[in-house]
Amino acid sequence: MGKIIELKKVNKWFDKFQVLKDIDLDVAPQEKIVICGPSGSGKSTLIRCINRLEEHQEGNIVVDGTELSESTKNIEKIRAEVGMVFQQFNLFPHLSILDNCTLAPIWVKKLPKKDAEEIAMKNLTRVQIDDQALKFPGQLSGGQQQRAAIARALCMEPKIMLFDEPTSALDPEMIKEVLDVMVDLAKGGMTMIVVTHEMGFAKEVADYMIFMDEGKIVERAKTKEFFENPKSERTKLFLSQIL
Amino acid sequence: MNLIVKPSKENIKTFVPIGLSLVFLSFFDVFLNAFFNLNLMAFLPPQLSYFLPLILGLIGFYLIRIEFSGVRSLDILNKNINSNNFNALLTLFTIFIIIKSIPPMLDWFILEANFVGNSKDDCTGDGACWVFIKVWFNRFMYGLYPDAEQWRINTAFLILFAVVGVSFFVSEKLKKYFILFLVFVFPFLGIKLISGGSFGLEYVESAAWGGLSLTFIISAFAILFCFPIGVILALGRRSSLPAIRYISIGFIELWRGVPLITVLFMSAVMFPMFLPDGTFIDKLIRVLIAITLFEAAYMAEVVRGGLQALPKGQYEAAKSLGMGYWRMNALIILPQALKLVIPGIANTLLALVKDTPLIFVVGLMELAGMIGLAKTNPKWLGMAMEGYVFAGLVFWIICYAMSRYSQNLEKKLSTER
Repeated sequence: MGKIIELKKVNKWFDKFQVLKDIDLDVAPQEKIVICGPSGSGKSTLIRCINRLEEHQEGNIVVDGTELSESTKNIEKIRAEVGMVFQQFNLFPHLSILDNCTLAPIWVKKLPKKDAEEIAMKNLTRVQIDDQALKFPGQLSGGQQQRAAIARALCMEPKIMLFDEPTSALDPEMIKEVLDVMVDLAKGGMTMIVVTHEMGFAKEVADYMIFMDEGKIVERAKTKEFFENPKSERTKLFLSQIL
Repeated sequence: MNLIVKPSKENIKTFVPIGLSLVFLSFFDVFLNAFFNLNLMAFLPPQLSYFLPLILGLIGFYLIRIEFSGVRSLDILNKNINSNNFNALLTLFTIFIIIKSIPPMLDWFILEANFVGNSKDDCTGDGACWVFIKVWFNRFMYGLYPDAEQWRINTAFLILFAVVGVSFFVSEKLKKYFILFLVFVFPFLGIKLISGGSFGLEYVESAAWGGLSLTFIISAFAILFCFPIGVILALGRRSSLPAIRYISIGFIELWRGVPLITVLFMSAVMFPMFLPDGTFIDKLIRVLIAITLFEAAYMAEVVRGGLQALPKGQYEAAKSLGMGYWRMNALIILPQALKLVIPGIANTLLALVKDTPLIFVVGLMELAGMIGLAKTNPKWLGMAMEGYVFAGLVFWIICYAMSRYSQNLEKKLSTER
């Protein structure tokens, strides 16, 4: 089966501190991968390398057949195909929810405004905030904002979605509404890489679990095996603490 | 203030009327004194009569200082201007000073001032000689621009005001074209109309331009150009490319470190020496470029403040959607950053308008310069006060209008509710 994301021997340093050490990772289309690990283990940095919000210094990253390098053209092409959802939502506060969703399709994909709005409304309906389309981000609750951010990413019709701790900044009550949207997205066949501590969500949708510590992938296993029979001691310790 | 009875809710019915009449009596005394030179208390010893309004007022304020009186207007009054003896004293002083200063101001500006006449000899009163402004008004507006051609300046400004006025009432779509016209077409059309030299219009050299119209022309052009240059410099200073970054830093720090008056002087005197023989750049254009670049350096730092205030997440979100550098800045970053620094931008632009009089060092006479020239006219000596009060008033009106506009803009663009 072809791989949509391939990382080979990826190394990255922040000054002298090595954040990623020899990361190898393959993702097939439609696969869902959940990355977990203690804070500072490099999991956010890893997925941020996939759309080049962070630069890697060694190794290769190939996304959908395009190699990530200095070439700005390649980077923009990959970013348009890879949607990203942030911990802090990062909606554009000066634009309405609808404009947040249509901006990139209109200016990057050059869609006519009418088509972009149609796609936006479709995605806003999918995350169930179509009634908030004309409001500004500041008027929405945290859960609604995060769902709007997911809709905004979906409007670029990406092949891959990256989630960087999407529920960590939310009240417990709002976590569920966001996870429901993500489950629905997973069932729709989207390729997803999710950094999260929500193990219930991981058990429900993940094909593979990845456990990272100190910049290395410590364990990679099928979800069931990962939770029932983890191999490394570090993973066992981590799971015993968060489950 | 050791009165036997303390004002309270029980005796409000007697204390408030007495207190209020004492306060009004004190105001009335000062009023009569200031406006009609009457002293009701003249029968008292002079020291006492001098301080009597203050004492009466203080006692009055003490009597009406009743907490939770149940009368809303009294509570508001007490809370704001009468919360303790010291504040009551300050209130009285402020009101007395205002009352006292009205008559002399009124005298100078209007009652004793002269409005009719054609020469200094017609000014016989003790007040201002507004005849000076009236006689020189044309020069203050148009400088040395020939009288017969002044309709050209009027037409240019009329077109400007008409277009701006109409643009408030047209739809968003049309508005775009109005703004494009105002920014890209009108400035050059207007300058051509005023300078002439073609279309059968007589050429008027820029040395003859002056007065308030020159203030407007220089301010408008400098604002128009310094803004985009400032934005580019601000972006340049934050660029990841070292060459662009250092050029921007160097430019900003160079211009910010030099007084405007020096820059203007250099532009007029030194700069032509470096030009090859035979080339000539109009003095006004050189001055305009100097002011524009000078203010652009300030503008750049204001805009950079806004850029730095934006969270990193905004950049990352824009990038993650596939936007390149220019689209990210134009659509996401600058709209937010500029909105944040509207007060700073207004500040810089106001300073720019008020800096225009400095062009006198190169011999250009805008409003203040023209007044400076007029007051040295042998027939009109001693008119500095009238002239500069007039200039101050005009500049204040311009600047206050700009300030109000910036506040409106801030309100209109605010999306954080």
